Amino acid sequence: MTTPPSSNSVILRAERLGRTIHEKILVQDANFELCKGEVLAITGPSGSGKTSLLRLLNRLDEPTSGTVFVEGADYRNLEPRELRRKLGMVAQRPYLFPGTVADNLRFGPAQRGELLKPEAIENLLTQVGLRGYAGRDVANLSGGEAQRVSVARTLANSPLVLLLDEPTSALDDAAKLEVESSIQKVVHDQGLTCVMVTHDMPQAARLAGRALLLEAGRIVRAGPVAEVMHA
Amino acid sequence: MLRLFFHSQLQLGLAQASVAALAALIVVLFARRRGIHLEGETLIAMVRGLVQIIAVGSILVVLLRAPRWTSGLLLAGMIVAAGATSARRAKGMPDAFRVSTWAIAFGAGSIIALMTSLGVIDTAITSLVPVGSMLIANAMNTNGLALNRFRSDVLAHVGEIETALALGAEARNSVSPYVQASFEASLIPAIDSLRSLGIVWIPGLMAGMLLSGARPVYAAIYQFVVLAMIFAASGLTSLISTMLIRGRVFSPAEQLLLQPGR
Repeated sequence: MTTPPSSNSVILRAERLGRTIHEKILVQDANFELCKGEVLAITGPSGSGKTSLLRLLNRLDEPTSGTVFVEGADYRNLEPRELRRKLGMVAQRPYLFPGTVADNLRFGPAQRGELLKPEAIENLLTQVGLRGYAGRDVANLSGGEAQRVSVARTLANSPLVLLLDEPTSALDDAAKLEVESSIQKVVHDQGLTCVMVTHDMPQAARLAGRALLLEAGRIVRAGPVAEVMHA
Repeated sequence: MLRLFFHSQLQLGLAQASVAALAALIVVLFARRRGIHLEGETLIAMVRGLVQIIAVGSILVVLLRAPRWTSGLLLAGMIVAAGATSARRAKGMPDAFRVSTWAIAFGAGSIIALMTSLGVIDTAITSLVPVGSMLIANAMNTNGLALNRFRSDVLAHVGEIETALALGAEARNSVSPYVQASFEASLIPAIDSLRSLGIVWIPGLMAGMLLSGARPVYAAIYQFVVLAMIFAASGLTSLISTMLIRGRVFSPAEQLLLQPGR
């Protein structure tokens, strides 16, 4: 029997969250809370279950045990589309839809029948350092620019929590710094709550306040980033 | 040349079948040299096909004297077999057999029923069963192509589909481009058959009618009628199967079930 979160400032809480497929444990017994405005890094070696855990938070995969509470509500009782709007996810690769940058930013709101105004598009693009890019064809963007458009596209849904799945891992060093600084700006300027998967510990230290270390699907360490890094 | 060595019709038929099968096997051997292994599947398909068609030929001899309603039973059996065959092209897709069978039953079945009631297809078993089987077989091929293309497209675009889901898109809408592409691709053979009729090929039915003494113009018109019916049955089947399968690749919580390696 699961219980709702205890504190009002807790925006997201995973309780005994797990997923096992064909007897293979991807995530096991994940328990953690996320407070409003907090940035949490999920770290660990390749194959430790970081992305699997993030996919469970967005309910792109179904947990085989436990659940997640979003603002006190069990997420299994929420409409999947509404949940995914609230927990906006940015994938490792940007996967932009064919068309212009503005078309991509309009996509999320259009699913709810809302039209994103040109000023709102420009505002989102300014936040990620791409002012004036609205009319550009996504086919002509660099890797770093595409990933920043992907971040802006997720922000267009006004998420409660931003879920980032190694957003810089497929980029070169210069593009990585561009994307990282855009994320830092968005998160700090707006006080956005964020869960970020990364295998890059220095990046976790630059962006996050707290970290979880995963090994073989289990959280083996949790706490301030510096403690998790040096324990 | 074969006629010099084989004098009875049955012997000649078997010799002709052997030569045609040999040509197909040579192609398979060429493919094998290029690393494409079709040997097992082709051999089984050819042996099965030969046995099945001889069995049906034998059954037809009996059915010529059977009441007309038996053709309905035979066509229903063909629909179930067609559903099972084309579902194999949709490996890993949930409910593929049921979707295929319903799609072929409604797609080919409704065209057969409509055309029979209008008198386009004769209700005699010797006419209804062969023409109906042509519609069912083509609907099966179209359905297999549609499901196979849809499966490949979804597996190749998991990232795009899940991105759309993560942005709040309705599950069915997130695969719309692949539903449309599968439908269009599945109808290419039927459209090309209609387009090239009489120029690239003279179908077997028309050749058979000419051999049995029908007037060439009537044989030609009836061949067009059959191809138009095939197009209608195939198109309807593909439309139904792609509409049904699009919802089945997602869980009730709108999670994409069709994933590489699962």
